[in-house]
Amino acid sequence: MASDGDSEEDFVSYGTPLEPLEEDEPLKKPIPLHEQTVKDEKGRYKRFHGAFTGGFSAGYFNTVGSKEGWAPSTFVSSRQQKAEKPRSRPEDFMDEEDFSEHGIAPAQITTSQEFSSSRRDEAAEKARAVGAQAALIPGDTLLEEFIAPARSSVGVELLRQMGWREGQGVGPRVKRRARRQRAESGARVHSCVMPPAGSEDSEDDDDEEFAPENVTFAPKDVTPVDFTPRSGLQGLGYRGLNPGLALLGRGAAEHIDLFKPQSESRSQLFGERRSGSRRGGVAGQAFGVGALEDDDEDVYHRDSMSKYDTVLGGEEPGDGLYGWTAPQQYTQRTGRSRDASYLGKILEGFTLAQNPAKEKTVFPPPSLPRDYRPIHRFHPSAPSLSSLPGVSPALAEALRTSRGHMVKEEPQQGGRHQLDSGQRRALLGEDSLQGPTSVMELLRPEDRERLLNLRNASTKTPTSDSHSAVPAAGLRAGSTVAASAPPPSPSPSSSGSQQQEALAAWRGVQPSSQTFKPFEKNPSKQARYELYLSRLRQGDRDALEQSLDLGMTEWERSREREEFVRASILYRPSSSSLSSRFTRSKHLEDDDTVEVSQEEKGDVDDKEAAVRMKLFGKLTRETMEWHPDKLLCKRFNVPDPFPGSGLVGLPKVKRDKFSVFNFLTVTESREAAAPPKPPEPGKKSRWDVSEQKEEGRKGDPLSEMLSTARTQTSAPAALPAPTSSGDQTEVKSAEQPSSEKKEGDEEEEQEEEEDSRPPMDLFKAIFASSESSSSSEGESDKEEEDTTKDGGKMESQPQNLFNITSSTTSSIASSSQTAAAASSQAPARENEQERAEFGPKLPPPAAYRGASIGEEKHSKRSRERKHKSKKQHKHKKEKKKKKQKKHKHKGKQKKSKKEASDSSSEDTDVDEDEGGDGQVSTDELLKRLKSVRSHQSC
Amino acid sequence: MAFPLPRPQAPQLPQHLIRTIDCQQGAVRAVRFNADGNYLLSCGSDKSLKLWSVSRGTLLKTYSGHGYEVLDADSSYDNSLICSCSSDKTVILWDVATGQVTRKLRGHAGKVNCVQFNEEATVMLSGSIDGTVRCWDTRSRRYEPIQVLDEARDSISSIKVAQHELLTGCVDGRVRRYDLRMGQLHVDFISSPITCVCFSQDGQCTLSSSLDSTVRLLDKSTGEMLGEYTGHKMKGYKLDCCLSNKDTHVLSCSEDGHVYCWDLVEGSLTLKLPVGKAVVQSLSFHPTETRLLTAMEGRVQVWEAEPEVIEEEGMAT
Repeated sequence: MASDGDSEEDFVSYGTPLEPLEEDEPLKKPIPLHEQTVKDEKGRYKRFHGAFTGGFSAGYFNTVGSKEGWAPSTFVSSRQQKAEKPRSRPEDFMDEEDFSEHGIAPAQITTSQEFSSSRRDEAAEKARAVGAQAALIPGDTLLEEFIAPARSSVGVELLRQMGWREGQGVGPRVKRRARRQRAESGARVHSCVMPPAGSEDSEDDDDEEFAPENVTFAPKDVTPVDFTPRSGLQGLGYRGLNPGLALLGRGAAEHIDLFKPQSESRSQLFGERRSGSRRGGVAGQAFGVGALEDDDEDVYHRDSMSKYDTVLGGEEPGDGLYGWTAPQQYTQRTGRSRDASYLGKILEGFTLAQNPAKEKTVFPPPSLPRDYRPIHRFHPSAPSLSSLPGVSPALAEALRTSRGHMVKEEPQQGGRHQLDSGQRRALLGEDSLQGPTSVMELLRPEDRERLLNLRNASTKTPTSDSHSAVPAAGLRAGSTVAASAPPPSPSPSSSGSQQQEALAAWRGVQPSSQTFKPFEKNPSKQARYELYLSRLRQGDRDALEQSLDLGMTEWERSREREEFVRASILYRPSSSSLSSRFTRSKHLEDDDTVEVSQEEKGDVDDKEAAVRMKLFGKLTRETMEWHPDKLLCKRFNVPDPFPGSGLVGLPKVKRDKFSVFNFLTVTESREAAAPPKPPEPGKKSRWDVSEQKEEGRKGDPLSEMLSTARTQTSAPAALPAPTSSGDQTEVKSAEQPSSEKKEGDEEEEQEEEEDSRPPMDLFKAIFASSESSSSSEGESDKEEEDTTKDGGKMESQPQNLFNITSSTTSSIASSSQTAAAASSQAPARENEQERAEFGPKLPPPAAYRGASIGEEKHSKRSRERKHKSKKQHKHKKEKKKKKQKKHKHKGKQKKSKKEASDSSSEDTDVDEDEGGDGQVSTDELLKRLKSVRSHQSC
Repeated sequence: MAFPLPRPQAPQLPQHLIRTIDCQQGAVRAVRFNADGNYLLSCGSDKSLKLWSVSRGTLLKTYSGHGYEVLDADSSYDNSLICSCSSDKTVILWDVATGQVTRKLRGHAGKVNCVQFNEEATVMLSGSIDGTVRCWDTRSRRYEPIQVLDEARDSISSIKVAQHELLTGCVDGRVRRYDLRMGQLHVDFISSPITCVCFSQDGQCTLSSSLDSTVRLLDKSTGEMLGEYTGHKMKGYKLDCCLSNKDTHVLSCSEDGHVYCWDLVEGSLTLKLPVGKAVVQSLSFHPTETRLLTAMEGRVQVWEAEPEVIEEEGMAT
């Protein structure tokens, strides 16, 4: 067996193997002629310069020289220095190709002919001889042979030293009898070798007569089988014209041996029989008998099958020499006896071995017991081990890794009825089922935890026997929980529940290659983590403790413990067929709530508290996956973080339908479908609040709906300062007459009409109204100037107040009340419109006027004029209404004011003051308030 | 040879008024340096956008085409493009040289508060009052945004781009940072409506000003607060804040007509720059030098560390 393997390994393969030929493979296209190019070893094309003008290795432009040409060597000879005759060696005329391995003068070190063990190329010699015969002067090659130096390999030399002679066989000398047998057998020719055409006159018969008893002969040389490939088209066994026989007659052959192509000895070597009767002239197969021939020879060669062996190794010749090698058996059998009788000359310093070479002993494989079945069963022996009394878990662990030295024999599995489905599956080699193995996994972690706690409470009875299995859902029968072997260091109670959760999440989950590796950077840690996971899958409750490295410090271990638990919860398996069909409800049943976007997971109250405590960081930070568009990544020169995912934006975010702007964008469809939306909390924007309040006052159904929705939800929300300030300005004064309100309603109706149009128009309307209010038909600029001075002061008061009072956010209500009272003259309408914008507002364009009127007058005026000219044609009808209204306002607010005073200044004035009020101190404010009151009173 | 290096000079602050430019375009809603700081853009409430030379104070070009007041503008790194946004809900991409509108992008449902190029000016990012950030492609002729970031629940008040990150400030009190490379969105809750956000120059911190009159410096990666700067007044208006060119100081507009300047590390108020009596609406710090632009009402002021005497005289005469 072993030797077989050895021999296989001993093969040395040369060259590149041919590609395996496939039957169905289409025939390769022959390479066209123009593509059959020759390249040198550096891949350059070689040019063929003609067969006799350098072939592929001619030099520069078909010359032998180089580009520089051929520099002739100069011949200088003087008396003192006689020129040496340049002696050129053949190597001087060779190029590197000739020196290469296959060139005519390879320069590499090779086995010299002396040491080469190759047999003489007899076939070639013969061919040469034949060629020589065919040449003009027959026999000149023979002369060459004579002259050729005797060259023999070392092996031949050694054999000669041992007494071997050419033409003899190798081996101990044999008695005559054996030789005779051998000769007989020689008549039988193996295939391929043509029996000589001559008749069978054996010399053996003659030899036999002279055979003395005590004379031994060298064994007959073995003729190697000649595997010369057939080159011609002749059939098997054809032998063409033999020129030697044809030209040289019988007489000549007998007369002189010299010119016979084959010497006597060699013909013997080849197993040819010397023909006794040779004819002159051309003879051979397929050559008929000439007319001059006297004897009518059988022209057609008749080969009989009797000359061939039909049975492989059938008849054994007496000496047992099959072919050219003696089988080992033969030598073994006869070796001993031959030692003495070996008469060959033994080289000096050598003796015949007394003991044959030792045979390699081959041991048979152990015999298998009869009842052996090739099945290996892996015992999940961790619990059983750890349950052994007196064995620490660590020790058990170590033992377990060294595969069951101390493993108690598990009780034999009672039969297939006692196996659970998982074990049967394992036995059958089936794939595990995808999906949760128990109902527990479909529960929410909290519920599961609760259930587990319940169960633990019920089964808390200390059982020393590890085999008293806990009847738990999802627990495998093989992996029982060992209650008697508590972990050496009980895990902290804080993470206990988490551990439970992790256990519940992972139990029974089949390991898959796709589990996330959180500790990939630290292989040993990852290994421990995986160990932990695998135990979790088995339902091992103290998996954590067992999978931690005992060599670590307590601190490290506790940290790792926490990390593992967290990671296992975080990356809990989610791929399960059943659970994928159900989605967990995100909330308790509550019709009022809409799907919350992913973003909204954190509790805003918590965050607010954190912000108040200035605990920015983890509490206020949320990080979520976000998928940028592929094109966006490309434009930013950034690799796509999620290649292949078609998702864009936040995963699973559902847009809140009740943002104002979403309303606006879906107006048409909403109007068409028009199911009244249930009042649900939309975006709780602090900026929406003002708007909603304002809109709530209006009779508009849309705004009403919005406002009801908002007030339901966001009423308790504390309003931050800026909004409240905005809010208050918008509160309509109680003194406003109902007629005006009606007018406002009308306007609202108009706006509602616009609402049904695309959002652009609505916005235009909103912004336009604010713009139009600022632009006005103020005719008298001069009047404007002086009126704005006092008018601005008047109107600025409520706003100033608000800006100060509103800094205290707590007293919104009261301040708003006071505001409402104080701002009885406030131009509510315009401000309202402006407030419809959300977010921080922009400072008024002309806020500086109050401060530096003198310088800026001119510019401002021109600007306002510009405004006017643009706005006037745009919003004529609205303006008219506004104008009316404004006038009414004016009339109410400032009795003392002239009627001609321009209403247009109002808005800008208000804004001015809003902007400029920053520098106003509270004292001044009080002063102003007083002045206002005095004004009103008078 | 082994002289110790001179003690590094204390960072100077732009406290000397060099120039006042009267923009003649209504209230200047925003003033912005261009990428190299040689020019400035002023966004007027009269629908025009103007390009000025900072050093001479001359008007170079007026870009008109917006339908309402221009609210923000940004210039591309190579000064070949300008983007601007307006209350007319559009974003316009301008060709600087010709002053023509290259592209007018509609899509926002409300006025567009802020606009910003990315570094290579291949994308324009605009944040609107409709709560979305839209990413417009400047390379293609598409009129739809590449992506709409609609995570915000209220008006976007400010947006900034740094390399592969977008920073948005939102009136819902959250600062959102979109990390394109990581594919993550970080949301920092600040409770009060954000008016302006900034990246620090080193890209490690974010600055955000909010309507509770506080400017906060947050660590970008963790969201922890590194500094808090108070004293100014920012209660109702959308005002800007920024960092100085070397991240040494934090600057913020104030409603009391000053620009407040705090030391970034200590958090102490180092300079209270009186700009005027009205609200300082916008400011912009020179990208490399100690130079500050402020916008108040219709004027833009240029502030520098050293008073330029000659210039002043020239102005006076």
